[in-house]
Amino acid sequence: MSERVINILITSFPRILGQGILVTIPLTVISFSLALVIAVICAMIQIADIKGLKQIVRFYIWIIRGTPLLVQLYLVYFGLPDLGIMLPAFPCAIAVFALNEGAYCAETVRAAIEAVPKGQMEAGYCVGMSYTQIMCRIVLPQAFRTAFPPLSNSLISMVKDTSLAANITVMEMFMETQRVAGRTYEHLALYSEVALIYLMFCTVITWLQRMGERKLNAMNGGEVIRA
Amino acid sequence: MLEVSGLRKAFEGNEILKGVDLSISKGDVLTVLGPSGGGKTTLLRCLNYLEQADAGTMVFQGKRMDMPTLSRKEIAAYRRHTAFVFQSFNLFANKTALRNVMEGLIVARKMPRAEAEERAEAALERVGLRDKKDAYPSQLSGGQQQRVAIARAVAGEPDVIFFDEPTSALDPELIGGVLDVIQHLAEDGMTMIVVTHEINFARHVSTKVLFMDEGRALACMPAGPFFEEQKLERIQTFLRSLDRKDE
Ligand SMILES: Nc1ncnc2c1ncn2[C@@H]1O[C@H](COP(=O)(O)OP(=O)(O)OP(=O)(O)O)[C@@H](O)[C@H]1O
Ligand SMILES: [Mg+2]
Repeated sequence: MSERVINILITSFPRILGQGILVTIPLTVISFSLALVIAVICAMIQIADIKGLKQIVRFYIWIIRGTPLLVQLYLVYFGLPDLGIMLPAFPCAIAVFALNEGAYCAETVRAAIEAVPKGQMEAGYCVGMSYTQIMCRIVLPQAFRTAFPPLSNSLISMVKDTSLAANITVMEMFMETQRVAGRTYEHLALYSEVALIYLMFCTVITWLQRMGERKLNAMNGGEVIRA
Repeated sequence: MLEVSGLRKAFEGNEILKGVDLSISKGDVLTVLGPSGGGKTTLLRCLNYLEQADAGTMVFQGKRMDMPTLSRKEIAAYRRHTAFVFQSFNLFANKTALRNVMEGLIVARKMPRAEAEERAEAALERVGLRDKKDAYPSQLSGGQQQRVAIARAVAGEPDVIFFDEPTSALDPELIGGVLDVIQHLAEDGMTMIVVTHEINFARHVSTKVLFMDEGRALACMPAGPFFEEQKLERIQTFLRSLDRKDE
């Protein structure tokens, strides 16, 4: 590797990582938190079988899962202005990522709730608790344990998917890399560099996931949470 | 204290309970016997409104209730006077033994935490599991789980406890411990309705027996005459078949 390349890598590293910390991570954290809220609400609506709302949720999940994320980004950022709805790039990206991930996570959460044995609900009723009380205190905590690994998976996917936001002018890590690469023509070195930074982020998440699982297991009395 | 008449329940047009009557007084232990599939579990679930009956009237502590149309609020109020012990225990998997017992007291009965804890410990003591109070259900044997479930039922100081085959999911060597606990409750005067296939236990603790077959109560009578002077051919055959199995 020439000295020039090494110099480019060294000077670009803090800039790329900086955009990662300032844009990619906030974009991921905010979008994913919103996605979780959407997911739990959509799952609860389906489980509680609320007429009308349930159809709307099914429709939303159908649309989101049946269309590419990139197309959704373009639709909202470039398409909606035709209707007079103009959003700045960053909020636009947050909205699309949250809605997109929310639909997938909704299915994860719904499956996890359905995996909690019916007897848990019945036992709750029999000690006098209400539906909402049982949901919040008994069923959701157990469902969360089941949903945790697939949700971590979704989070890892999302970190990488945020690179698509470059397409709608969000200045995140990948776009920063593209810029430097465009100036210096050191594509191999620079894209390898940004790949490594993504890998670093995802490694940290994997590590957090393992810690989280250990903690959740302890809160359920060991590996096997039900016979 | 609890009187039910004309209880009917069908699943998808298939009638499982075909008009069941029963009544118990305070301190009674009513055992429900009968062949598999006769509707015993369904009966018990209807009595605690886990299934909605299609027809039937219940009089509980002088209050008359129409079973199919009872409101959610009335059901909740009624359930504060009852408890249910399941065949498969159904302990809350994410709570320790102590928390399992406390949960209903704190959340449903709005009892202060300290008082609930004290009562829960006393209930666990009663089933001989105070030393397991910090164990999660997955760390307990089936017999221990069922005893915690009984402690959970007792802690709410119910007026009546329903047991659905409390020992049939247990290994044979664990059955005795659970039956002992139930027998102690009976001796303390607890009112109970117990579905069971343990015929010796039934002979021992029942004050009354209900015999269910194909959705009908063939008999609902005091235990003495039921076992000693049984006239119905169908029931005699059933009892004899169980006695034979016991030997
Ligand atoms: N939720 C349900 N949906 C459809 N059919 C049901 C349902 N619950 C029970 N049944 C049917 O009702 C009949 C009576 O069942 P139930 O469980 O009450 O019998 P049981 O007397 O408790 O039998 P066992 O001694 O085997 O426990 C069975 O034929 C069963 O298939
Ligand atoms: Mg049964």
